Amino acid sequence: MDIVTLIIICVKALVVFAAIMLTVMAMTLAERRISAFMQNRLGPNRVGPKGLLQPLADGIKFLMKEDVIPSGVDKPIFLLAPVMLIVPALMTFAIIPFGSELHLFGRAIQLQVADINIGVLYILALTSVGVYGIVLAGWSSNSKYPLLGGLRSSAQLISYELAMGLAIVSIILLAGSLRLNDIIIQQQGHFLSWNVFKQPLAFLIFVVAVYAETNRLPFDLTEAEQELVGGYHTEYSSIKFAMFYMAEYANMITASALTVTLFLGGWDIPLMNEAALGNLGVLLSVVSFVIKTALFLFIFIWVRWTFPRFRYDQLMRLGWKVMLPLALVNIFLTAGYLTLTV
Amino acid sequence: MATIVTSYEPTFWDKLYFPALLRGLMVTLRHFFQKKVTIQYPDAKYIPPEGYRGLHRLNKYPDGRIRCVACEMCAAACPSGCIHIVPGAPPWEDGKERYPVSFDIDLLRCIFCGFCEMACPEQAIELTEIYDFSNSSREGLWINKDGLLEVYEMTKDENYYMKKSHEADLTSG
Repeated sequence: MDIVTLIIICVKALVVFAAIMLTVMAMTLAERRISAFMQNRLGPNRVGPKGLLQPLADGIKFLMKEDVIPSGVDKPIFLLAPVMLIVPALMTFAIIPFGSELHLFGRAIQLQVADINIGVLYILALTSVGVYGIVLAGWSSNSKYPLLGGLRSSAQLISYELAMGLAIVSIILLAGSLRLNDIIIQQQGHFLSWNVFKQPLAFLIFVVAVYAETNRLPFDLTEAEQELVGGYHTEYSSIKFAMFYMAEYANMITASALTVTLFLGGWDIPLMNEAALGNLGVLLSVVSFVIKTALFLFIFIWVRWTFPRFRYDQLMRLGWKVMLPLALVNIFLTAGYLTLTV
Repeated sequence: MATIVTSYEPTFWDKLYFPALLRGLMVTLRHFFQKKVTIQYPDAKYIPPEGYRGLHRLNKYPDGRIRCVACEMCAAACPSGCIHIVPGAPPWEDGKERYPVSFDIDLLRCIFCGFCEMACPEQAIELTEIYDFSNSSREGLWINKDGLLEVYEMTKDENYYMKKSHEADLTSG
């Protein structure tokens, strides 16, 4: 590996990191504004033009707050848990292609931090690691409500990972590859070649599972404030508390980007050949990716302010008795179709 | 008589869940685009309806004389005893023979019941629509005769808040 390649990789990593962090800031504001709009309110609009500097004010507030570490906690794990949550969310984004191939100074640059050929496997591994952050935060807090939140999180994980994995399997069957770029190339063409139309059932299962995965409503059982005070982050304060929120939004961004990659053709623009347009096409592909991801982020917020929380037994029943069989049937049908036609 | 309890059996359509979920999403989306109800208070002010009972005023005749004859009916009707009147001879020769030398209202005691304006035989005391007259001291919430006459000047022509609301859009932002 020569030095230029190394620099390119570093720049890409930095750009992706900065983009995610900026989006996290924007999301904290978007969540509050959109929720306000859905309740016929205005939301925060005082800090800066249209309230755009609100995330900055929030950040300063979090930094100034006293950082309380309760006396009974398991200190190393207590300090590590927020990091455990945010790192996998950022790492998952590393393999998501956010644009087509950029040609600059005679070099072909993949708009993706790491192009690994077992991409989907890597994603499934890392999203599972993310749950450790919640479980460890709950356990190390040495307090009953965080512990319950952590336990719920792990139970939620096993009921949803399966269905989510199986939903992805049907996509892999179609693409014949675990590389995310191959999955995108397989979806290129017109609208109907997107996986959301080829695999509507898998899409539904995946989206529902993703909501459970990111602990968002209607599956936010781990932090159900009416039942568990604050859930796994009850004992956290100051910037560590903020990190849990950053992790939640980073997870949402990654999950949205992943949904777009797997089901909406990633950076692909339908009915258009990006490669023929040169670097302008690359720019358009990035814009297309951002728009699609933003759409899913909006749906995340939209769903949160519409649906009530699932009860614990309902969640289990949905995971094990509805989604898992449906995903299996879907794989069976997809595999059957492929054997008969190919 | 026994009550017949009928429970709703969910149909297949109900069990699909997604049609109902989509309808729920449409409700929130509709509200997303609706006009917002927030009034951005210091910039835009709520306009109280007719008959709102706010800050008091003392009315005047068109020639500028005070209507009040210091009969102390309002003070007698006041359940919280917040009206303090000192009657005396008027500064003018013709016309009404009684006149309030001083007319003080303790706004901290006042419960804004409106009994004073109902008791008044001369329609001299009235409650206006002004609601934001907070003050940082107890003394500042004693309003005297001059103050009450000033409130009359502020509110006699049109709703006190009407003018300000023309300037600032109620729901901008």
